[in-house]
Amino acid sequence: MSRLATDLIGFETIVRREIMRILRIWAQTILPPAITMTLYFIIFGNLIGRRIGDMGGFGYMEFIAPGLIMMSVINNSYANVVSSFFGAKFGRYIEELLVAPMNEHWILLGYIAGGVLRGLMVGAVVTLVALCFTNLRLFHPWVMLSTLLLGAVVFSLGGFINAVYAKKFDDVAIIPTFVLTPLTYLGGVFYSISLLPEFWQQVSRANPILYMVNGFRYGLLGHSDVDLGLAYAIMLLAVAVLYGFSIFLLKRGVGLRS
Amino acid sequence: MHALSIRGLTKTYAGKVHALKGIDLEVAPGEFFALLGPNGAGKTTTIGVITSLVNKTAGAVSVFGHDVDQARAEVKASIGLVPQELNFNQFERVHDIVVNQAGFYGVPRKLALARAEKYLNQLQLWEKRDVASRTLSGGMKRRLMIARALMHEPRLLILDEPTAGVDIEIRRSMWQFLAEINRAGTTIILTTHYLEEAEQLCPRLAIIDGGLIVRQGRTRELLEDMQIETFVLNLARPGPQVPAIEGFAVRRIDDLTLEVDVLRERNLNDLFVRLSGSGIEVLSMRNKANRLEEVFMRLVAKAGPR
Repeated sequence: MSRLATDLIGFETIVRREIMRILRIWAQTILPPAITMTLYFIIFGNLIGRRIGDMGGFGYMEFIAPGLIMMSVINNSYANVVSSFFGAKFGRYIEELLVAPMNEHWILLGYIAGGVLRGLMVGAVVTLVALCFTNLRLFHPWVMLSTLLLGAVVFSLGGFINAVYAKKFDDVAIIPTFVLTPLTYLGGVFYSISLLPEFWQQVSRANPILYMVNGFRYGLLGHSDVDLGLAYAIMLLAVAVLYGFSIFLLKRGVGLRS
Repeated sequence: MHALSIRGLTKTYAGKVHALKGIDLEVAPGEFFALLGPNGAGKTTTIGVITSLVNKTAGAVSVFGHDVDQARAEVKASIGLVPQELNFNQFERVHDIVVNQAGFYGVPRKLALARAEKYLNQLQLWEKRDVASRTLSGGMKRRLMIARALMHEPRLLILDEPTAGVDIEIRRSMWQFLAEINRAGTTIILTTHYLEEAEQLCPRLAIIDGGLIVRQGRTRELLEDMQIETFVLNLARPGPQVPAIEGFAVRRIDDLTLEVDVLRERNLNDLFVRLSGSGIEVLSMRNKANRLEEVFMRLVAKAGPR
């Protein structure tokens, strides 16, 4: 059997294991985002949104729906990889993979696929919740799908790097709490950055999540606060840099081999 | 071509802990080989380097002719590892653990399912296939790790204290199973604290202490090197004063027990004749310690603190 065929079976096994894990603990993986997003739609969209009026030429509920879907996807992609990989490290069953002849790229791709799949599952649930509150258009399906996938991949890689460096469970929560959540809230999920003063608009443009949210919003609504080409460039650059760094960590065995 | 060849292997951990100080070791294909040593001697580090879980500092390691640096995938594919610590997902089902492990080694799923049935049956775990692994007993968890290590049918099986904490009945059934695997052609390297285990199973062994191999060779030859054996004699009744007997060092342990050091070339009949002549009646006799244990203790004590 060729090396590639062997690695593909290994990759498929990781993905299968990740899906089983997501479904086994669905009350921790799928249900909470559905409840949280329902609350967002009720409070921000329905109660407050009615007083806000239009945003970017769309009803407020319609405007925030793409951002909330993207927020769910990236948060859950991140959470899946960081918890799964750190759990494997902590429980030492990461050694099952480290002693196996799998190429590091396929190990990393397996975990990314797990993160992306959980992101998409949660994204689908949140979309169903959103449809209970507003109508969603599909302005450009390929843009919608590609930005969703790129966002999920970027944050899966982020979760992987976090898990590699984490030494205890507290370390797994630090990045989501102190970096991910603020960047998400300031990433144009709930507002158009055109509402901000010029200075803060420029500051917002340094936030990579702004490009993901707006790219995805363009795919659904045909509206974006940022240039779509720039959004793709930033997401692709983030994927390349984070992937390269993750592979470096995995090949060197940082945090894995003594 | 050796199943395992180690040349000048050194490992220095961060903090300048010299775990291995230049190990040379060779294991032939088909052997059942024991690596013995006290805690912290370097056994697990050696296994870690062979299986790519530990980065070596210097030296060369090859498995069936494949160098661990140049052909890591081939080396990994040849080895099945049963580690000392439990290292499976406690929330996963027994069946999933073994089938997934086969997948990581590129075994197609259909074949993996067949092998899972075969090895879980052989290790008496098939009935437990659907339970979460955390619910297994200690002995079952050890057997699960053996089944998992066999799923890709490795040519070299490395077991790091596989029977630690396992009761004697299960331990003996595991010995029998491992002996069968070895007879079928799998090379086995075993580290153990139960020296009886090594004596029973392994025709060759190495003793490692302080990061160095202090002795390696045929188990029988190591045992033959030992010049003195100690026997414990149980007496029928509290006896009179024990006489001095040439060639035997006799000590009274209590009223009904004697301990005797016997030089290898001495005939035990001489001892019994003299004891009988002194009115001492011996009811039964046993060897005081595992013979290999004595060799081990002497070699490790000779090496001294490092």
